[in-house]
Amino acid sequence: MKTHVIVFPGSNCDRDVAVAIQNIIGSSPEMVWHKDSTINQSDLIIVPGGFSYGDYLRCGAMASTSPIMKSVIENANKGVPVMGICNGFQILIESGLLQGALMRNSSLSFICRDIIIKPTNTKTIFTNKSTISKMPIAHNEGNYFANSNQIKEIEDNDQIAFQYCDENGDINAHSNPNGSINNIAGVFNKSKNVLGMMPHPERAAESIHGCDDGRNIFESLLS
Amino acid sequence: MTSSNWHFDTEKSLVESHGLKLDEFEKIVEGLGREPNLTELGIFSAMWNEHCSYKSSKYWLKKLPTSGERVIQGPGENAGIIDIDDGDVAVFKMESHNHPSFLEPYQGAATGVGGILRDVFTMGARPVANMNALRFGDPNHPKTKHLVSGVVGGIGGYGNCIGIPTVGGEVNFHPSYNGNILVNAMTVGIAKKDKIFYSAAAGIGNPVVYVGSKTGRDGIHGATMASAEFDDDSEEKKPTVQVGDPFTEKLLLEACLELMKEDAIIAIQDMGAAGLTSSSIEMASKGNVGIDINLSKVPMRASNMTAYELMLSESQERMLMVIQPKKEELARNIFKKWDLEFEVIGEVTDTKKLILHMDGEEQASIPINILVEDAPEYQRDYIFNDPSPLISFESKDFEDKDILSDLLKMISHPNLCSRKWIWEQYDHMVMADTVVRPGSDAAVVRVHGTNKGIAISTDCSPTYCRHNSYEGGKHAVVETWRNIVASGAEPIAITDCMNFGNPEKPEIMGQFVECIRGMGDACSKLNYPVISGNVSLYNETNGEGIYPTPAIGGVGLIRDLSNTMTIDLKNEGNVLCLIGESNNHLGNSHYLSIILNREDGGTPLINLDDELKNGKFILDCIDKKLLKSVHDVGEGGVLVAIAEMCISGKQGIKIDITKDFLHGFFFGEDQARYLVEVSQNKLEQLEVDASKSAVKIERIGEIGGTSISINSIGEVELSSLIDHHTKWFNEF
Repeated sequence: MKTHVIVFPGSNCDRDVAVAIQNIIGSSPEMVWHKDSTINQSDLIIVPGGFSYGDYLRCGAMASTSPIMKSVIENANKGVPVMGICNGFQILIESGLLQGALMRNSSLSFICRDIIIKPTNTKTIFTNKSTISKMPIAHNEGNYFANSNQIKEIEDNDQIAFQYCDENGDINAHSNPNGSINNIAGVFNKSKNVLGMMPHPERAAESIHGCDDGRNIFESLLS
Repeated sequence: MTSSNWHFDTEKSLVESHGLKLDEFEKIVEGLGREPNLTELGIFSAMWNEHCSYKSSKYWLKKLPTSGERVIQGPGENAGIIDIDDGDVAVFKMESHNHPSFLEPYQGAATGVGGILRDVFTMGARPVANMNALRFGDPNHPKTKHLVSGVVGGIGGYGNCIGIPTVGGEVNFHPSYNGNILVNAMTVGIAKKDKIFYSAAAGIGNPVVYVGSKTGRDGIHGATMASAEFDDDSEEKKPTVQVGDPFTEKLLLEACLELMKEDAIIAIQDMGAAGLTSSSIEMASKGNVGIDINLSKVPMRASNMTAYELMLSESQERMLMVIQPKKEELARNIFKKWDLEFEVIGEVTDTKKLILHMDGEEQASIPINILVEDAPEYQRDYIFNDPSPLISFESKDFEDKDILSDLLKMISHPNLCSRKWIWEQYDHMVMADTVVRPGSDAAVVRVHGTNKGIAISTDCSPTYCRHNSYEGGKHAVVETWRNIVASGAEPIAITDCMNFGNPEKPEIMGQFVECIRGMGDACSKLNYPVISGNVSLYNETNGEGIYPTPAIGGVGLIRDLSNTMTIDLKNEGNVLCLIGESNNHLGNSHYLSIILNREDGGTPLINLDDELKNGKFILDCIDKKLLKSVHDVGEGGVLVAIAEMCISGKQGIKIDITKDFLHGFFFGEDQARYLVEVSQNKLEQLEVDASKSAVKIERIGEIGGTSISINSIGEVELSSLIDHHTKWFNEF
């Protein structure tokens, strides 16, 4: 499986996700510098977490205009799986590949802790092995928002990927860490080959992390 | 020699406004054989202030043990280095950013983190963990809330963005910090033993290269500001605080590490306190060479900057390097790729002078040795304060005190409650090598790509230091040592951050001298040398000094990560045992201060033989896989430690003990003690081994249930413990 990880100035989870891919998928990804302009022949493109361009303008806004994003969008439109994690999710939204917006956490502070998510649609390439999973979040702007028309659209089209829930899988206000509308933790594009999610599966990918539930996303992609 | 148009009529006030004494100024004139011009005066001011010259502390710091079989680099470089086997080294240092953090908490703390990170990656190490040690004033003081939020925000803002996990630290509140908070930041990095970079310039004619951000007018005189006391007008010093840009630092980190893979760098030094001045002089002094700089070439953020401003600016995210001339293009391309400034601004010379030019005119010419070797050094007068007398408490002193309700009061107090609110604002998992997260005795991070780990702990008990500076100094070292042992690691070395008041006061100097003596004795006994550090003096406002605070950052090695220990209780049915002697020492304990509002009774005395014996016993037991969890008994005593283990593991315990003086046993702060969890089938072996090693062991109780219950006293539910433990910061 040929994988690519995009590296922007300020990306800081690029190595972490590369290690997870190596461990789980079994081959190391090609690291692609944001100033490059083409990705040929990919089975999976990952836009990793971090603080691209320092998150200075609006998270993901500057990265979405980097030269490489044109190729990422082309690949996505051709059906190549593209996955954005955390800042990568923000970049995919800014680039128009995913719907909605990610606002500042309702607590107005950065949150780094384990949360639990429930896959809403398990019939996709990313989630066919997903169950209720524990993994960390680490973000300042993960408060997902979409207006009521958009929410209806993504719900009707099964585009919600994950929702924050409690240990029993109940989706409630108590299990919502950042104020996301309908507890949304991740969404797909219409054709389900693009996934954006705030939680970090690469940080819950081996026993030393205290939990390896994040593996199931990568394992889904393998099957 | 061109000199700015200034006259020595104003000499006295000008010299004083540069933080120099008149006799120091005379020394400058004598050394130069003439009066300095304004730029030169600024350079001397930057080099001879307390922060950069260690003029009051140097004599005493030399008394600390700094060598050991694992020490590769002791104090004197950007950071210290220890050998962690297999060709790997750990590079670490702790540094203060106290004065700026009080003036502007977010930027002060953020740039503190940025500065210590640069110290570590300058040496060729990739930073892998940030830690901190923070002291704030009375929780009810009107400024405290603003300062706590700002500092925590700043530390997180910088560390999260650059992508280095902040894995732990410590926080204390005490009124002695009302006017001077302490922000001490520590970074640990990992490098290869054969890829370490130092700061000694070499090779006459080699280019001196400036990389990183442009130079602006921020932070001018920052180091001088940090070498003076505060008064009511300190707010006016805000412009001396630098502004951090973690994004640029991330680029600088990656660019430097990329260049370090090539054989291009001869010397590298970060521009921290006193910016271009101290970095260029340090490189020249270490290499016993001279440096010429053409200041017109320095990348500038503002227009019309003068030589004086360029030399004294503390703009962040900058580095100075001497590189192989043949590799200049290669180096330039790497920095270009990362969109960073790269400019050859000078060259290495054989003059042993710092010579500055700007717009074709000479701006300064100073022999390096006058700046460095001839820098003032003082043996300040000191007097020892008598240690507070030891008070022996008895059971009858506490007859009306209910142990379980006192426990709830203690674990909800700002000094003992959960710090989750803080560490959840720090990304403590980025890099995906965090093995033990914040909240245990020591943080543990894996050495990337291996099965070994580094354990890190920061600690200090200022109240102990205030009431007995010698024992307090010992305690700070020993507490980190114990925390590292409790995590399953072999303690290796420390870094220190010596935060004190005005050294010109003999009683403050006495605290410093005694803390150093205590630290030195502990380090020697435990074979736990000091490999780097920093001194922050003049932490005073309107003549009121802080409590003596020698914050220690300890580092240890776990050879096999399966031996990692945490504090959370693991399994129902296991037994909790106490290791070490308990003598009901309640003097200067948290119990006395929180419950009885008393600060007396004396600092506990530390028996270093016991520390060594008990610590080694714990490590042996971990090696033999006898233990399930380990927790050092520290602040608050045995019962607070038990509560922390229960809360962390979401397990209850049935305590079954018989003692004449329960308050003394549960809340006494005797040293050299650990709580350990052992399964029933290993209990006997543990007890036999303890007796063979002449280590005291007592059974405390059996793990299980949903409460802490104490025979003959009653019980308190786990849910209530958790509520009390987390409530203070949650309501913050």
